[in-house]
Amino acid sequence: MADAVHIPDEAETRARWGDFAWTPENAEQARVILARYPKGREQSAVMPLLDLAQRQVGADTQTQGWLPVPVIEFVASQVGVPYMRVYEVVTFYTMYNMAPVGRFHVQVCGTTPCMLRGSDDVLAACKNKGLVKGKTTPDGLFTLTEVECLGACANAPMVQINDDNFEDLTYDSTIAILEALAEGRTPKPGPQIDRQVSAPEGGPTTLKEMVSENHDYRGAW
Amino acid sequence: MLADKDRIFTNVYGFQDWRLAAARMRGDWDDTKALMLKGQDPIIDEMKASGLRGRGGAGFPTGTKWSFMPKEPKPGKPNFLVINADESEPGSCKDREIIRHDPHKLIEGALIAGYAMRARAAYIYIRGEYIREAETLFAAVAEAYDAGLIGRNACGSGYDFDVFVHRGAGAYICGEETAMLESLEGKKGQPRLKPPFPAGAGLYGCPTTVNNVESIAVGPTILRRGAGWFASFGAENNRGTKLFQISGHVNKPCVVEEAMSIPFRQLIDEHCGGIRGGWDNLLAVIPGGSSVPLVPAKDIMDAPMDFDGLRAVGSGLGTAAVIVMDKSTDIVRAISRISYFYKHESCGQCTPCREGTGWMWRVMERLREGHADVEEIDMLQEVTKQVEGHTICALGDAAAWPIQGLIRHFRPEIERRIAARKGGEAPLAVAAE
Repeated sequence: MADAVHIPDEAETRARWGDFAWTPENAEQARVILARYPKGREQSAVMPLLDLAQRQVGADTQTQGWLPVPVIEFVASQVGVPYMRVYEVVTFYTMYNMAPVGRFHVQVCGTTPCMLRGSDDVLAACKNKGLVKGKTTPDGLFTLTEVECLGACANAPMVQINDDNFEDLTYDSTIAILEALAEGRTPKPGPQIDRQVSAPEGGPTTLKEMVSENHDYRGAW
Repeated sequence: MLADKDRIFTNVYGFQDWRLAAARMRGDWDDTKALMLKGQDPIIDEMKASGLRGRGGAGFPTGTKWSFMPKEPKPGKPNFLVINADESEPGSCKDREIIRHDPHKLIEGALIAGYAMRARAAYIYIRGEYIREAETLFAAVAEAYDAGLIGRNACGSGYDFDVFVHRGAGAYICGEETAMLESLEGKKGQPRLKPPFPAGAGLYGCPTTVNNVESIAVGPTILRRGAGWFASFGAENNRGTKLFQISGHVNKPCVVEEAMSIPFRQLIDEHCGGIRGGWDNLLAVIPGGSSVPLVPAKDIMDAPMDFDGLRAVGSGLGTAAVIVMDKSTDIVRAISRISYFYKHESCGQCTPCREGTGWMWRVMERLREGHADVEEIDMLQEVTKQVEGHTICALGDAAAWPIQGLIRHFRPEIERRIAARKGGEAPLAVAAE
């Protein structure tokens, strides 16, 4: 439920990003992406190329990345469609950042399954560490966004920070993760309690042979 | 309880490696060529006989869906299989476990399904937020290519079949099949009018079938063990095994594969350690993901968890995403938060949904605080009826049903809140802002 983001001034943006082009590795990656779609259907590559571009901007700025207008224009030129066809895609999908974000984009799931398990505590922890919804902290480290269901409901509540999920959170474990990130450490992703992914806490109720060995059940068919 | 030998997703918890060598030891890609040599129509017939109904929510028979595809694709109009891994329904988290721990079941299923429906290629549309899961899937597909299992002469069968992975970027609506096709074509994910149906004109205008990840991934096991095996689980018309995802107020939330039609009480007691605070503390359950109406405790406790059993209690199986709420829950807030979800995710194409979802959420927020008149409950009910069935896709319906379920079962609670605030503080006129 964040407020609208502040999109930077276009003249400044052009000065900074006007000569955007792929790095050699990303140029190769872009070729791989385009090869996935039939000839004449290059527009299909718009979404993966936008993601690639956002990641390149992120690498340049030591943040999660965003999509300045010249970068969107560059992607449009790569697939040969008008700028507006790409811009409307950027505005439609939530994962494209239309304004700069911090080093860590803290995306707290607030939808009902997480809410029932305590996402209010996760948001309270963020608030008490100085994070404000829709804003970046003054040190540029954290941007906080409340997002909709991220599909880890059996491990609720959860937060996605850049590319990793942190699940089964409490107020304290959220604080610990934010402090670890601020100190430059890498917290362990996944469940923050003693639990194997989405198995019941305390050990699975089924498929117990699989815990210790790669069991082949076909012998019992 | 379902015997472990009858579970399809044996590595669902990822205790073991997802890679090809380990997957093969568990039985994946075991003489897939022989499965394909059964022939295309016999595969479809076997799927029909198994009674498998689509696992994405609507429950349409999978074999029947495959049979709609043209048997002889026209030149320049190949058939496509699109696999829906845009798992975004609040409560759902099963496809994620398949993709990150058993990806080869999905890829093998894609080959079998694609072959049966004469498809040239499969696109797996995975939601953008599944970043690590997509990394696994890309790597698994690359492994399958390197081993000659897909690509030219897949599995030595003489059939050419490609599998591509396409990442989304955060839009619930792309789980709707025609919105997914739009998104795959590089556009905004706004649903298309039907007809034409995708089986006639889908991806790039070519015949296309869109299937859920779970529907595709169970295919090879059904063919190996026979339709009769799969149909031996669950009640008539609700056959097979199913990944249930239990979240909310149970002692141990989890994802678990069980036989269809398992009673709710058994599912929760055997796998989730019971309801938090005991069975007397159960308030209500949303049994199939946020789009289905909630069911009060007394109706759900002994209901069979399948399509027909949950329809009988006024709800639906959906994706089998079971959201449990105990008596500590602010039930109006829980449903209001779902209303906010639909407001956020409405694609903005149809007016009743674009305007209605926001309107319904704002009224829900006022009802949550009791800051409304009693007549507004009826007005809200009326508006949900005006949204339901008046939009291109089912998102409008999905936004309406949870509210209707709330009013049907918890109207006294809403009225209590209004009475507590003595109501009337907000005149009707400002309801719509």
